[in-house]
Amino acid sequence: MNLRNILMTGSFLVAAGASTAMAADCGIDGGRLSIIGNEFPAIQTVARNAQDCDGLSEAKANLTADHQTINLAGMQGDPAEYTTAIVANSSIVALINEDVIRPLDDLVSAHGQDIPKNQLITINGQVMAVAFMANAQHLVYRKDILEQIGMEPPKTYEDMLAAAEKIRAEGILEYPLGGAYAAGWNLAQEFVNMYIGNGGQFYEPGTAQVSINNEAGVATLEMLKSLSAYMNPDFLTHDSNATSAEWEAGNVALMNMWGSRTGVLMDAEGSTPEVYENTTVAGPMTVAGGDTPASTLWWDGWTVAKNISDADAEATFKAMKHGISPAILNDETMGQAVWMIDGYQPAPVNQGVFSAISAGTTPYPMLPHHGLLHTALGDNIADFLQGKESAEQTLSDIEDAYMTAAREKGFVN
Amino acid sequence: MKHSAFFWFVLPSAIAMLLFIFFPIVSVVIQSVHVAHEQVIVEVENCGPFGCTTATAIDQEATAALRAEQPLGRFAGLEIYKDRNHLAVTQVGQLWDQSTGIGDFIGKLMNLPFYKALGFTLTYTFVVTPLTILFGFVIAVAVNSAARVLRGPLIFFSLLPNIVTPLIGGLILFWMVDARGVIGTALRWLADDPSLSVKADTGLMWIMLMVYGVWHSAPFAFIVYYAGLQTVNTDTLEAARIDGASRWQQIRHVVIPHLLPLTTFIALIQLMDNFRVFEPIISFNASAHATSLSWAIYNDLGGETQQLTSAAATSVLTVIGVAILLSPVLVRTYRSYGKA
Repeated sequence: MNLRNILMTGSFLVAAGASTAMAADCGIDGGRLSIIGNEFPAIQTVARNAQDCDGLSEAKANLTADHQTINLAGMQGDPAEYTTAIVANSSIVALINEDVIRPLDDLVSAHGQDIPKNQLITINGQVMAVAFMANAQHLVYRKDILEQIGMEPPKTYEDMLAAAEKIRAEGILEYPLGGAYAAGWNLAQEFVNMYIGNGGQFYEPGTAQVSINNEAGVATLEMLKSLSAYMNPDFLTHDSNATSAEWEAGNVALMNMWGSRTGVLMDAEGSTPEVYENTTVAGPMTVAGGDTPASTLWWDGWTVAKNISDADAEATFKAMKHGISPAILNDETMGQAVWMIDGYQPAPVNQGVFSAISAGTTPYPMLPHHGLLHTALGDNIADFLQGKESAEQTLSDIEDAYMTAAREKGFVN
Repeated sequence: MKHSAFFWFVLPSAIAMLLFIFFPIVSVVIQSVHVAHEQVIVEVENCGPFGCTTATAIDQEATAALRAEQPLGRFAGLEIYKDRNHLAVTQVGQLWDQSTGIGDFIGKLMNLPFYKALGFTLTYTFVVTPLTILFGFVIAVAVNSAARVLRGPLIFFSLLPNIVTPLIGGLILFWMVDARGVIGTALRWLADDPSLSVKADTGLMWIMLMVYGVWHSAPFAFIVYYAGLQTVNTDTLEAARIDGASRWQQIRHVVIPHLLPLTTFIALIQLMDNFRVFEPIISFNASAHATSLSWAIYNDLGGETQQLTSAAATSVLTVIGVAILLSPVLVRTYRSYGKA
């Protein structure tokens, strides 16, 4: 709610400067900048602008989809290879767990007074990251197909199933639903969404003891299976990229998809006008009569490495601050994300993420042991979706796999 | 060779092996018997753009003290090897007691991650290795009997699958077998089943992975056999021809015995390689249907929280598996050298 207000206010402000492709004065006098981060347009924009700063003794960026498998190793050395990691609310946990990023309070008070408070991510009272964009999964639908069957965009997953059945029955599409259900991280994420929508709690309160083998867990798996019946039979191999390709090929009418990827679906590239002109976004859906959307909220932000000199940390801080300053917004970059930057003007493509925020969607859990559960979920859910075993068996397998890993990592005894 | 000369001769490679093979294995073994410290968890308040929540975090000061005291972590002995995500000693015992028969037992065993991975790894190894040798041999004999002008281009094209990077080769095949790809569509037409999908069916996925494995490594067997074929004694072949041996009889009684030592060599290399099957599972996105030991190691290290001990234990088990697999061939080689 708060964010939405701030973003809306921001949209009435005029961007401070025109686009800055040229070298920029960021008040830096020597020091290193080395960025590690994910690879999508918004992050590329931030990294490029940070590198444009004058006075850096070294400026480089390593942007890759595999960032989270190398960021930790690249920050554990002394001095660290990467002076900053661009992370999300799930991946910051691994860096905090291993104590490789530094609190930013001193740098914020000395050089970052103008960063809006809501962009500062604080953990236990210390600023650990500066967020620059919001993200969430939400409904994406084909306006024309829904009009054809005479149905409103679904507000719940039950409505989505009804719409899918009708689209199939009328012979419009054989597999009307899409979704990033690739075994592994993606599938686990869908479980997390749906389980939260079902009102489930992942752990016994106040402990790292997992507890998902319950009614909410079974309902979650059953719903995922019901949805998968309307998906391309290859769904277990479809990650976000493959699902987007299915959408652009016009094979899908409804799906739950990342806000950061909808821009690509609605532009004129890689698809026909019939598809991209009718691609519309709406807020995330609820499930089983619940109020909490079956989705999670995400932020992307940057951190500063611990094992680097104070001079490098200062230079990195100033450069990254410039990388997310209002000056980076222009016609090209405006639609790349739901920016938290002053001067950002929301486009229709971003409506899904705003709806997710205003509907009170739960942020993805930031717990030190949750990464282990996410891995265990991703390894085991496919067995149930393929009909190899019962929901209870799958849930108990997940719990066993998680508890074994958590014991190894010292989270439970 | 004098002892001192021999010593200086092997010293550089001995040092390299010690540094790059022996020590890393020792470090993996040490890693596999140590687990992380008990985490000191504190309750914290996290604030961000979506408001504040109460969560937990690791107490870094307390952890730093624990680490300074025991840098390797807690000693766990063989605990990790025996846990559910590896050999699952307790669970296997329970399954054995609950099972109604050996088939039922194996079915339930395949629900445990390590045995599931081992099941596919062994099937893959024992299907792909003989087929690689067979196809390699057939291609070598065929190319060898082609006209001399054609041999150069033929060799080049036969080697292509091995030259293409495994991940890329896997991806090419992945898109070809897609329901809308060239092979996928052909299969649907052949089977007369519009819902047939290789990527959705565990059995077909296994076959696809193995077809890929043979496709990728047959050129290796081919080039080794082709080199061997150039050394076949032409006098013996000619004598066989004069005695009226057919083409098949020449191959059966002259060529194959001559190439037998090469077969041992190819079998050794292929058993090792296939037991570490990894790339096709990644490029086929096949982990829902098939996992291997190498994939399990990758999965442990690729999660948001790295499980180093678990990965180290699986690595050690893989090394032991390779040793067991190679022992018959090695014993055989040792014996035949003993005879000579």
